[in-house]
Amino acid sequence: MAERIILSARELDFYYGHTQALRHISLDIPANQVTALIGPSGCGKTTFLRAINRMNDLVAGARAKGSLAFHGREIYSPDQDVIDLRRRIGMVFQRPNPFPMSIYDNVAYGPRTHGVRGRERLDGVVEQALRAAAIWDEVKDRLKRSALGLSGGQQQRLCIARALAVEPEVLLLDEATSALDPISTARVEELIASLQGQYTIVMVTHNMQQAARVSGRTAFFLGGELVEAGRTERLFSMPRDKRTEGYLTGQFG
Amino acid sequence: MTRRPGEYAMKTLFLVCGLTAVAFVLLITGYLVFSGLPAIRRVGVAGFLLGDTWDAANPEDPRFGILPLLLTTVYGAAGATAAGVPLGFLTALFLAKAAPPWLARLVRPAVGVLAGIPSVVYGLVGMCVLLPLLRERLDLPAGDSLLAAILMLAVMILPTVISVSEAALEAVPREMEEASLALGATPVETYFRVTAPAASSGVAAAVALGVGRAIGEAMAILMVAGNVANMPSLLGSVRFLTTGIAMELAYAPAGSLQQQALLSIGLVLLLFVLLVNVLLSLALKRGKEGG
Repeated sequence: MAERIILSARELDFYYGHTQALRHISLDIPANQVTALIGPSGCGKTTFLRAINRMNDLVAGARAKGSLAFHGREIYSPDQDVIDLRRRIGMVFQRPNPFPMSIYDNVAYGPRTHGVRGRERLDGVVEQALRAAAIWDEVKDRLKRSALGLSGGQQQRLCIARALAVEPEVLLLDEATSALDPISTARVEELIASLQGQYTIVMVTHNMQQAARVSGRTAFFLGGELVEAGRTERLFSMPRDKRTEGYLTGQFG
Repeated sequence: MTRRPGEYAMKTLFLVCGLTAVAFVLLITGYLVFSGLPAIRRVGVAGFLLGDTWDAANPEDPRFGILPLLLTTVYGAAGATAAGVPLGFLTALFLAKAAPPWLARLVRPAVGVLAGIPSVVYGLVGMCVLLPLLRERLDLPAGDSLLAAILMLAVMILPTVISVSEAALEAVPREMEEASLALGATPVETYFRVTAPAASSGVAAAVALGVGRAIGEAMAILMVAGNVANMPSLLGSVRFLTTGIAMELAYAPAGSLQQQALLSIGLVLLLFVLLVNVLLSLALKRGKEGG
């Protein structure tokens, strides 16, 4: 099966002020698969992730050079509509960050922002998103209750539902399980596995076992550079670069 | 008892400090209730609260109806809140989230200075600048009016509303706003739909403090309101509960019904501020449950 490339970086440099966070990144991300970005802290993987939906714009002095394209369209071109980009590329954060409102309103937030109106339509969207995030059965009887009353793991799945509710094509996960206990982590991993095929998922993770379990492709970052990328099985069993091998075998991290 | 005497002494000191504040509240409330009730009892609750004439100094036929004063305070505080809270809240939102840092560095100290200006200075400026302006623009004989007092109060509650709301807005976690932005909401949508609701209890505290300040202010409005105990009208001369006390206390003979009635006004003021606080926290609770 030929892989369709949905996101493509070519010679991408990224700067925060005078600090260069990414150097000459060239990476293709295929559609409807899970791609894991791994590497030690400060290696640039989160910068790359946040470049994709331009969340880095919020940092003063952040700028990109080179090419980063979504469906062949430059993400950093001046005529790129950031609002539309973020609707099509959703994000889930390291810590669960539900809004201080009801479970229902959390999920309905995105659709309402993008003009979905009417009780019935919203009800449908909310239920569908909660089902897709595998949390519907746990919350269906308390949709009107505050989202802050959920456990950490439930909150994170709610955040995934909230991201899915705007029907994105890509889902960016920024260490989405690092604040969760092992059981909640396992549930979120199952969820990620069930979502691939429908969504393109790019996940940053510190947990190499997680990358190995969940992802189809893995990219290894080090010092702002992309050292190696490829099919996860191949990269973990036969790394081509000495540095990849060193990282995977725990020689540094 | 703890084994470390120093520890024990400090804990006792903390307790005493904490109880001091409570003691003052009880003392003031107790005093006002005891000394404020006799006049109300003599005039009658309805006659006192709903009587439409205040003429306490009249030796032949004194009247102790505080309705004109009460309504003036209600309208004055409501007007000041209606004008000052939106302005203050938006300023706080601007300072906390949207302002470029250099501008925030300029505005924030200015707000601090506004808070520090003595109210008599507000009154002075109001008298010398605001009143002539109103006289000219609205073609009034004097300019002393409820409107002038409302404008003064609106400015005077600004620093409280701004600084307390700003602190509440600053405390909203960045990640929560990022979640909204990542869903494709614009920054302004995010401020109003996520940041502001998340800070609602702090903003409500800001409003309560602002209303409290507006109700309790005396000096500045004494100088611009005209102080005739009329039923309030926007452009007419009016007397507030606070200014009523401030004006007459020095002339009221000790132990007279007039003096007791002034103490009763103090009691009404206190209850008024309590009522505002209770109503706001109730509204907030209901808002949370409904949201």
